[in-house]
Amino acid sequence: MNAGQSSVHPASHAAHEIATLWWVMMIASWIGFAVVVFLLSLGWWRRNRPNLPFGGGDRAATAWIVGLGVGVPVVLLSVLFVWADIFVINSTAAPKRGTTRLTVDVIGHQWWWEARYPGSGVVTANEIHIPAGTRVRAVVTTDDVIHSFWVPELNRKIDMIPGRRSSILLDAEHPGVYRGQCAEFCGLQHANMSFLVYADPPARFRAWLDRERKPAASAGADLAQQGERALIAGPCAQCHQIRGTSADGQVGPDLTHVASRSTLAAATIPNTPDELTRWISDPQHVKPGNRMPDVPLSPGELRAIVAYLRTLR
Amino acid sequence: MAIDVDLPPPALARVRRLERIWEEPRGVLGWLTTTDHKRIGLLYFFTTLAFFAAGGIEALLMRTQLAVAGGQVVGPEAFDELFTLHGVTMIFFFIIPMTTGAFGNYLLPLMLGARDMAFPRLNAFSYWLFLGSGLFLYTSVIFGQAPNAGWFDYVPLALRTFDPGHNVDFYALALIFNGISSTVAAINFIVTIFKLRAPGMSLNRMPLFVYAMLAVSFSLIFALPSLTVDLVFLELQRKLGFHFFDVAHGGDPLLWQHLFWLFGHPEVYIIVLPAFGIATSIIPTFAKRRMLAFPLVALAELLVAFIGFGVWAHHMFATGLTTTTLVFFAAASMMVVIPSTIQIFAWLFTVVTGRPEFRAPLLFIGGFIVFFVIGGLSGIMFAAIPFDQQTTDTYFVVAHFHFIIFGAAVFPLLGGMYYWFPKVTGRMYHEGWAKASFWVTFLGTALTFFPMHIAGLAGMPRRVYTYPGSAGWGAYNLSETIGAYILAVGLLMILGNLIWSRVRGPLSGPDPFYGGTLEWATSSPPPPYNFPVIPEVRSPYPNWDAEDRDRDRRRLERGQLVLEEGHETAATTVRDGLLDEVLEMPGESWWPLVTAACIAGIFAFLLTDHFAIAGIVAGLAALAAVAWHSKEPEEPQPV
Repeated sequence: MNAGQSSVHPASHAAHEIATLWWVMMIASWIGFAVVVFLLSLGWWRRNRPNLPFGGGDRAATAWIVGLGVGVPVVLLSVLFVWADIFVINSTAAPKRGTTRLTVDVIGHQWWWEARYPGSGVVTANEIHIPAGTRVRAVVTTDDVIHSFWVPELNRKIDMIPGRRSSILLDAEHPGVYRGQCAEFCGLQHANMSFLVYADPPARFRAWLDRERKPAASAGADLAQQGERALIAGPCAQCHQIRGTSADGQVGPDLTHVASRSTLAAATIPNTPDELTRWISDPQHVKPGNRMPDVPLSPGELRAIVAYLRTLR
Repeated sequence: MAIDVDLPPPALARVRRLERIWEEPRGVLGWLTTTDHKRIGLLYFFTTLAFFAAGGIEALLMRTQLAVAGGQVVGPEAFDELFTLHGVTMIFFFIIPMTTGAFGNYLLPLMLGARDMAFPRLNAFSYWLFLGSGLFLYTSVIFGQAPNAGWFDYVPLALRTFDPGHNVDFYALALIFNGISSTVAAINFIVTIFKLRAPGMSLNRMPLFVYAMLAVSFSLIFALPSLTVDLVFLELQRKLGFHFFDVAHGGDPLLWQHLFWLFGHPEVYIIVLPAFGIATSIIPTFAKRRMLAFPLVALAELLVAFIGFGVWAHHMFATGLTTTTLVFFAAASMMVVIPSTIQIFAWLFTVVTGRPEFRAPLLFIGGFIVFFVIGGLSGIMFAAIPFDQQTTDTYFVVAHFHFIIFGAAVFPLLGGMYYWFPKVTGRMYHEGWAKASFWVTFLGTALTFFPMHIAGLAGMPRRVYTYPGSAGWGAYNLSETIGAYILAVGLLMILGNLIWSRVRGPLSGPDPFYGGTLEWATSSPPPPYNFPVIPEVRSPYPNWDAEDRDRDRRRLERGQLVLEEGHETAATTVRDGLLDEVLEMPGESWWPLVTAACIAGIFAFLLTDHFAIAGIVAGLAALAAVAWHSKEPEEPQPV
C-alpha cells in the first residue's frame, strides 16, 4: 500500500491545475522575497550613505514606495485573481449534475468514512473504489461533527457539514491508490481518520462493484462458523452490518466484505490477521478514544471471529 | 525634558510639588490600587510574559510529541487541550494584552505628552479583568477540564453532545470575560488618543505607533461584539438548550464560523498592527531620519484595519460557499495586501535612505520584515481560491500564520523590549548579547516554521496528535522540533539579558538612542507625572525639535502648563490638538480591583450553573461600580 497524499504529486486535472498554480506562485514569491532582501541588504551596505544608489531624494524614494507598494502588486494580484479565481476555480468547482458517470456518497463519522454506491446497494468503509479515467462525483455529508473530505492528489478538500450536501469531482488520470485524510479537526482521533481511494481500470472496478454487491458468503470451515455465530449473537452485531446475515447494526463500518479491504480503523493499521486480532481485542489501545468499545471475548471466541471475518472477501 | 538636579530653584520647586501630587502608596498596596499607566503597563507586561511562558511550554510539548512519527509523549486528549490552550493563550493572553496592555499603556501617554490615560481607573479595571480572565482560563487546567475544541471551537464538536465536560464552558466564559477587558482598554485608548495629545499635536503630527494603536482600538471595538455574541449563543445552547447551531431545529453550524471569523480576521490585524507601529518607531530612530511617506503609512495602518473586516470568509473557502461569495472574499483579501506592501517598502526605503545603525532593535525589525514578507507572500496564495482549498487546514497554513503571528507580530515586540528597556528601567541592555539573541531567535523561528510549508504541501493536516511514519513527514517535523528548542533558547537569552541589565546594566540617561518621539523627552524611568511640563509640539518627531524642548524647559521655570494645582493633565481638540481644557484626573483606588473581582465571581458562578448566585454577584459588581464613582473629580475647568 504505497498511497500518496502530496498536493505536489497531482494525479488528476484539478490537482494538476492547483499544483501549477502553486509552482508559479512559489517562483513569483521567491522573486518578491529576493527584492525585499536585496533592499534590506542595500540598507546595510550603504549604511553610511543616506541617498539612493540610483539617485534622487525623498521624492524619488516615495515614488519607489508607491511603485513597488501599489503599482506592482496591483498588476500581479489582478493577474493572479483572473487566473486563479476566474479560471482555475472552474476545474475545482463542484461537478455539475449530469456531467459525471458515477456518484459515490461519502459519509463522515467520528472517526471513519462510510462509502455508499447509490443504485447498487454497495456499502463499504474507508476504502473508496472508483474507475480511473472517469468523472466521479463524490457527494459528502456527515453523521456527526464537521469533517473534511480531502484526497490531495485528486482534488482540493471539501468540508462535510451537518445539514449540508456538498460534492466534489474525483477524476483520476490513471489507475493507482491515493490516500485521503480528514482535514477538519473532529475530535480525539482526527489524526487517525484516513482513507484510501483505489482508482481501478474500469473493468476491474466493475468486477469489484459486482463482488461488493453480493451478500456475505456463508462460512465454510468449522472455526469460521463458530465465529459467525459468536459475532451474530454477541455485541458486534449491534453496531456492525454483515449483509446476508442477521447482523444489521448501523453504527460502525459495514463488514460484509471486510476481508477485501487492505486496512482497518480508517487506514490506521494493515488488515492482517494479527492486526485484526489486536484491533478487536483492544481497540482503545490501537486508537484511543475511538467509538469501538472493548468487548470481553474469550480467546476462543476471538480466534473464531477473526477466522470468520477473514472469510468475508 | 529630562529632570536635572541642576534645575533653577523655581522649576525645582514645581517639580517637587508635582512629585507630591502624583505620589502613590508604596509597596504591594500601591500596585493593587495604582492608576499610573506605567505601573499598569508593567503589570500587564509581567502577566502576559507569564502567559507567554505557558503558551511556549504548550508549544514545546506539542513539538516534542510530533518530533517523530507515532510519538508517545502525550495522548490525543492532552494534545487537543495543548493546541487549544496554546492558541487561546498566545492570542488573547499574550499578544493582544502585550501590545495594547503593556506597550500601548506604557507608551501611549508618553508619546502623546500626557500624564496618564484618559480614564486611569478604567485602565486599572481592564488590567484586573485581564488577570481574572487569564486565571479563570488556567483554572481549567487544575480541574483537568482545559478547553479542547481548538481556539476556533467549531460546532457541533464544541456542543455538549460531543464535548460534555466544562472544557468548552471554560473557553467561552474566559473569552467573554477577556473581551470586556479588551473593550474597556480600547475605549480608553481611543479617548486618550483623541483628547489627551500634547498641545500642537494635530492628527497629522501624531506618531505612527499611535496611529497603529488607534486602528487596533477601533478594530477591537467593532470585532469583539461578534465573538461575544457567538460565545453567548454557544453557552445558551450548551447550558440552556437553545438551538442556534442545531440543524434539526433550524440552526446552522456555519453561523458559528461566520461570527467567529468576522471577529477572527480583524483579530489578525489587531495582532500585527501594533507590531507595525513598533517598527515605525524603531526604524526612524536607528535610520536617523523621518519615516518616508509618513501620511501614506498612517493611512495604510488605518486601511488595513478597515479592509480587514471584509475578508473573513476566506477562512471558510472549503465549506462549500457559493462561487460568487468565494470570489468576492478573495478579491477583498487581495485588496488588503496593498496597504501592507506600502508599509513594507516605506520601511525598506527609510532604511536605505537613512544612515542605519544596526543595533539589536533594528535587527529585530529586519527579522520582522523578512518574516512578514514570507508570511505575507504565502498569505496572498490563500487568495487563490483553489490553492486555499487545497492547503487550508494543513501545516502550510500553520507555517503561514506563524510567520505572521510570531515572525511579524512578536519580533517587533522583542525588538521593542530592547528599544524601550532603557526608557522603562533607566539602564542599558547588553548590546552583544542582544545581537546574539536576535540571531538565535531568528534561526530558531526559521527552522521551526519554514519546514511546515513543505509538510503541509506534502499532505500533513493540522491538529493531528500523531502521524504515520509511512507519510514521509518525519524529517520536516524533526527539524521543526529542533527549531522550537533553539527558539526557546533565543527567547531565554533575551529574558536573561533584560534581567541582568536591569540589575547590572549601565545607566542609560533619558535618551540613549536619540529617538524622535516624546517618550524620549522625559527622564528614564519617567516620573509618575511623565512630564514636568506639558510639552508643546510642532512636528511628528518633536524630540528632534531641540528648540521646542528648550522652550518647554523655560516654560517650566515660568510655570506655564506645568499644571501643578492638582492631579491634572491637558486636553486638546480632536483634530488640531489645540489646548482645550485642563482635566482633573482621578487617583489610586481599590474599586477597579473590587469590581473586577466581582465580575470574576459572576463568571465562576455561570460556569458552575449557579445562575441566581451569579445574578447576586452581578448586583455586587454594580454596587462596586457605584462606589468607584462616588468620589469623582469635578467638572473640567475651561482654560
